[in-house]
Amino acid sequence: MKLWNILLLIAVALGLTAVSLWMGQQAYSWFPPQASAESKLIDGLFSFLTVLGTFIFLGVTGTLLYSVLFQQAAKYDMSDGPPIEGNITLEVVWTVIPILLVVWIATYSYNVYQQMAITGPMEMSHMHSMASAAPLDAEDAMTNPIVLETSPEPAEKIEVFAKQWSWVFRYPENITSSELHLPNNRRIRLLMQSADVIHGFYIPAFRLKQDIIPQQPINFEFTPIRLGTYRLTDSQYSGTYFATMSANVVVQDPEDYQKWLVDAASRKPTVASNQAAAEYFRESKKPIKTSWPTVVPVEAPLVNYHSEQDKR
Amino acid sequence: MTNIVIEPIHHEHPPTTWRTYFTFSTDHKVIGIQYLVTAFVFLMLGGIFAMIMRGELITPESDLVDRNVYNALFTMHGTIMLFGWTFPALAGLANYLVPLMIGARDMAFPRLNAAAFWMVPVVGILLMGSFLLPGGPAQAGWWSYPPVSLQNPSHELISGQSVWLVAVAISGVSSIMGAVNFVTTIIRMRAPGMTPFKTPVFVWAVFSAQIIQLFGLPALTAGAVMLLLDLTAGTAFFDPAKGGNPIFYQHFFWFYSHPAVYVIALPVFGIFSELLPVYARKPLFGYRIVAVSSLMISALSALVWVHHMFASGTPGWMRMFFMATTMCVAVPTGIKVFAWVATVWGGKLRLDTPMLFALSGVVMFVFAGITGIMLGAVPIDIHVNNTYFVVGHFHYILYGTVTMGIYAAIYHWFPKMTGRMYSEGLGKLHFVLAFIGTNLNFLPMHPLGLQGMLRRVSSYAPEYAFWNVIASLGGFLLGMSTLPFILNIVGSWVQGNKAPANPWRAIGLEWLVSSPPPVENFDEIPIVISEPYGYGKSEPLTSNLG
Repeated sequence: MKLWNILLLIAVALGLTAVSLWMGQQAYSWFPPQASAESKLIDGLFSFLTVLGTFIFLGVTGTLLYSVLFQQAAKYDMSDGPPIEGNITLEVVWTVIPILLVVWIATYSYNVYQQMAITGPMEMSHMHSMASAAPLDAEDAMTNPIVLETSPEPAEKIEVFAKQWSWVFRYPENITSSELHLPNNRRIRLLMQSADVIHGFYIPAFRLKQDIIPQQPINFEFTPIRLGTYRLTDSQYSGTYFATMSANVVVQDPEDYQKWLVDAASRKPTVASNQAAAEYFRESKKPIKTSWPTVVPVEAPLVNYHSEQDKR
Repeated sequence: MTNIVIEPIHHEHPPTTWRTYFTFSTDHKVIGIQYLVTAFVFLMLGGIFAMIMRGELITPESDLVDRNVYNALFTMHGTIMLFGWTFPALAGLANYLVPLMIGARDMAFPRLNAAAFWMVPVVGILLMGSFLLPGGPAQAGWWSYPPVSLQNPSHELISGQSVWLVAVAISGVSSIMGAVNFVTTIIRMRAPGMTPFKTPVFVWAVFSAQIIQLFGLPALTAGAVMLLLDLTAGTAFFDPAKGGNPIFYQHFFWFYSHPAVYVIALPVFGIFSELLPVYARKPLFGYRIVAVSSLMISALSALVWVHHMFASGTPGWMRMFFMATTMCVAVPTGIKVFAWVATVWGGKLRLDTPMLFALSGVVMFVFAGITGIMLGAVPIDIHVNNTYFVVGHFHYILYGTVTMGIYAAIYHWFPKMTGRMYSEGLGKLHFVLAFIGTNLNFLPMHPLGLQGMLRRVSSYAPEYAFWNVIASLGGFLLGMSTLPFILNIVGSWVQGNKAPANPWRAIGLEWLVSSPPPVENFDEIPIVISEPYGYGKSEPLTSNLG
């Protein structure tokens, strides 16, 4: 009987493990395409946590469900269950296992974060060589070609300007654009600044996000690895037209990117279209509307390059 | 430790008409019900706001309400659900139950108790009244981060934002008054013999939660006052244009507002710990460690606030430190979950409405805990911070766990509070609709967040439409699910079957007195001789009652 129980328990555990591993694989499909080197690291970590989480969730709910299905009191049974008040061994086990799991998850997350080396706030200037050249865990870096591919000094430095409610990107030689063009497989460093409130730089396909804080320029680094057009959105609530504040992100072959830069430099600055400004000056036709005043959108930016897609 | 007061402390009568509930009563039982009913009105208001938002989000375009109306709606939804529904509802349950559970005749400071309650309707009137201001109500989200919250486009001194800040400060003062009262009551007024390890877990949980209120709320209230000064008096604590630092506000805000989650969750964990033994007919597994784990959660809660700011102006070392502390919370909460599962296991289950709500609350809490660990991992948070993944996560806590737990408690103690039984059929209908509605509403938010859909947007890219339609339908169903509840509570209160003193054959001091309890609770103060949850042991709980 006891042996039978143990075998049954092992079988259940194996079944749960199989389902959990399968869920871990499924997890990759829940994300947008992996368009940055960092996204691979993040998706891997998420898949790992999905495996652990599925195992725990199914273990707990499965046990409860079994009780609900098979351990109900009979209609006229007024007796109580067995007066079991605890079990020290069991309680120690289910304290120690979560501690070990937590250490494991935290260490894994720490290593992933170090490998991403996205720089971020208060690590400007003197930090950049350290952050990109030496992901702290050298062994992990060796096994991960993504990190090795990044050059110690970022290839492209682009300035990002956020204001209510538009994005402007400035390239070397004062070339400006309302679309963020990036060369593929190059380490990018952005210098991000906000003119008014806190905005957030977020490209879901890159899995990367950083708040942009007024009066505090912030460096941000990453490596695009997939050609295509993606969306940049403002991720920190920035007032009335917050939802409209997005821009195209175009990842190009380095040659195409250079051509684009030359082309953009040759264009005269013109006014980019801006959804917030357009909506502000248009009369609302919505069923529920008010006359509450709102912050006036800044003038649509004057840039060398803006795409047709900006016009919605 | 003891309180054997013989002379009556109330000079009023038990509530005989509904009018009693509109008076400045100092009876903790009247105040408890005042809190609960007021909170439920707020739940309905916050729910209507949520349904209008779900109506807007059922299509990708912004086509139902103006964008600033949408912003006002989510600001008020969050504010009202936290400061109007969860806090007052749990303060109401604690008010009603704690004195009964510890064998006291009332709270330590009955008049302070009543004063704290009557500030809640004031908060509600201020918040709802701000819709009538020319500039409309606050539109900066319930976080009210500066500089957005300082922009004040109406240029009026009395703006939606300033009214909101005053309301939050009043709510904070009310909660601090409540916390002083609960902590004093629990330390000083337990019946003779009720040592810490003979005290029910709900009382432990309320104590742990109210300790957080005492150390955390002053930070939020101070932050709110400083922001109000920046907004109205020209100071520059948080305004970067004048040399202030907006990130300091985030620290002030989250230093309290993350622990606030545990202020809300801990009493609900207490409810689960009370109910599962009753309906499984078994003692609470590992009672002592479950009791102590509440205090562990309180202590840890003071060290995790920056995990709301991983994508903010937070340097790398701070991200790593707060990731580690955040994950530690999994240990005491894990202890509780496993203890609940072990309590249920091998019992003689009765699936009455309170048990259904409690069990589903535990299941949805486990789910929320797992997504919580994911959010605690900095690299994942960098991606899903401020997306619908976060919204889904905390609604599994605030609806799936907390609101379901409050419903469980209301059904369980309804016979005690009213002296009437509720309708089991309507209760189960409510449960089924609420359970389906919750999952339909909040589960789709997780794939949306992983895909990158941001929270607080009134329009979104068309590729997110599918899951938004499902979530909206779930939201409307969740709204409908409260109708059988209202019908049940109102109908049963008026003409339900008379409830005996202890309809659930539950063990606890509150079940030793009549339903509803007399004004003085106990004619004779009980002398406690056993641990709680003695199911299957047939030992008396007190030496003199029952």
